[in-house]
Amino acid sequence: MILDVRDVTYRYPGAARDALAGVSLALDPGEFVAVLGPNGSGKTTLLRIALGAVRPAAGEALVGDRRAHDWEPQALARAVGVVPQREESAFPLRVRDAVLLGRYPHLSPWAPAGAADYAAVERALRACDALPLADRWLATLSGGEYQRVRLARALAQEPRLLVLDEPTASLDLRHEMELFERTRLLAVPEGLAVLVITHHVNLATRFADRVLLLHDGRPAAQGRPGDVLTRGTVERVFDWPVAIAQFDGAPQIVPLRRPLEVR
Amino acid sequence: MRWVLLGLAAAGALGAAVVLGPAAIPLAELGTSPIVRDLRLPRALLAFLVGGALATAGTGLQGLLRNPLADPFLLGLSGGAGLGVVLAIALGWGGPWGLPVAAFAGAMGAMVLVYRLGLVSGGALDPRTMLLAGVAVGAFAAAVTTAIVSLAEASQLRNAFLWLWGGLSGASWQTVAVLAVYAPVPLAVLAAAARPLDLLALGEEPARYLGADVERVKRRVYLAASLLTAAAVAVSGVIGFVGLLVPHLARLVWGHRHGALLPAAFVGGGTLLTLADTLARTVVAPRELPVGIVTALVGVPVFALLLRRWGAP
Repeated sequence: MILDVRDVTYRYPGAARDALAGVSLALDPGEFVAVLGPNGSGKTTLLRIALGAVRPAAGEALVGDRRAHDWEPQALARAVGVVPQREESAFPLRVRDAVLLGRYPHLSPWAPAGAADYAAVERALRACDALPLADRWLATLSGGEYQRVRLARALAQEPRLLVLDEPTASLDLRHEMELFERTRLLAVPEGLAVLVITHHVNLATRFADRVLLLHDGRPAAQGRPGDVLTRGTVERVFDWPVAIAQFDGAPQIVPLRRPLEVR
Repeated sequence: MRWVLLGLAAAGALGAAVVLGPAAIPLAELGTSPIVRDLRLPRALLAFLVGGALATAGTGLQGLLRNPLADPFLLGLSGGAGLGVVLAIALGWGGPWGLPVAAFAGAMGAMVLVYRLGLVSGGALDPRTMLLAGVAVGAFAAAVTTAIVSLAEASQLRNAFLWLWGGLSGASWQTVAVLAVYAPVPLAVLAAAARPLDLLALGEEPARYLGADVERVKRRVYLAASLLTAAAVAVSGVIGFVGLLVPHLARLVWGHRHGALLPAAFVGGGTLLTLADTLARTVVAPRELPVGIVTALVGVPVFALLLRRWGAP
């Protein structure tokens, strides 16, 4: 088991209620798991706890066999690769140099990057179909190209667990499907454990082995998408009427019209 | 190639600083002249060390604050060090070690204030707040400095004023030794932080996920840059724009990888200040301009050009 979050609870300082309460989540190599939920449901907090950025008030989060916040940051970055939701380089960078940043966890402080590192960068770029972009400036990339490069950087870390935080937030239909297809291949056959934080329920149900649906910091549903994403649960969590259709053997949520009252 | 050119420029600047001066010294006598040995050579070396220290500190702070316009001066560190030294002059703590200690204390005072003001909820450092805090602390330090200068004796006042604009006329082998002992530790700390600084350019959260110990790096870079600034200011006064201009020029040529950028900025800063100081003591010879005036006269127009470049899409 690469990630094992057990019954964690967390409350931000000064907050009136828990941001997260009694949440568990486990991932094995080769598994693709999605964390779902409306805005403010605790997805990001769960991610922070799983990555050791904050310490849970109760419960524990294990990466490998060590508590997440006990990992030395550089060692953790060799085990877990993250594509963060937001980032902006303060200085202009070329794609190849940006992906090389993913090798930093593997470099000792004074040794320069070696042939093995450049080979890993090459492999990561190729796996993300980004090799032709290698000499471009980041600022000139389209949204879809940029996400491929960021995924390549996380792969250059050669992690055992890959985490994507809202990876399709600004992508069009083709690019979001492409990203999920590509990420799915990293789980099977590549054997990475993949954790995707998203509010795209319909994509998650078609790609994820399991989902965790959060509601107000609590687990509203957890398991195989077809088993746990029932109409009642989805309507309650998102506070909106939906219908559920089946497609490709996965539930697809169709939000219903509910005209707002005009006052 | 660019390293060779930079090396040649550095050698040329140091050579010019030794050869040129108000006293005409035949080339054949350069090796034996006491003017060269006791005045020009230590002064050239001091200028080089100070310029290198300021440019390296500026590069580190730009990376730390993720702001291309940060330099030691804008963050109030030089102002704090200046206040410390003027206070020391006014109170009569002279001596080769009194002033460095006072400047260091002043810079540390400014650093602590900026750091504290830059802390936002949750104990994280916010770069934008730090910049604003730096401006505020610098303005406050300048006000207090001016108040002290205005209350000082006329002779002290002139000295303090000239000191504030930076000058290397106090150079001696002793001050060179002071800086040569002082500077290597913070320079090494900055060099060791080169890769985390590359990561910090992406933002603190992405940097953490790529293995940077963000809070430790921020503390170390900030402390090292303060040490360098304090040492530079202590031996040469407040010399502006070197710490802003040189990192920019180095970024244009070397890109943004700090492993190359930091040494390039050190050599570039040393070269620029050595040239500026040679100008400062030759253009109005036998009198001398404060070198900070020369760096400002060169730096402000170039800075304005760079601002236009950064404003462009």
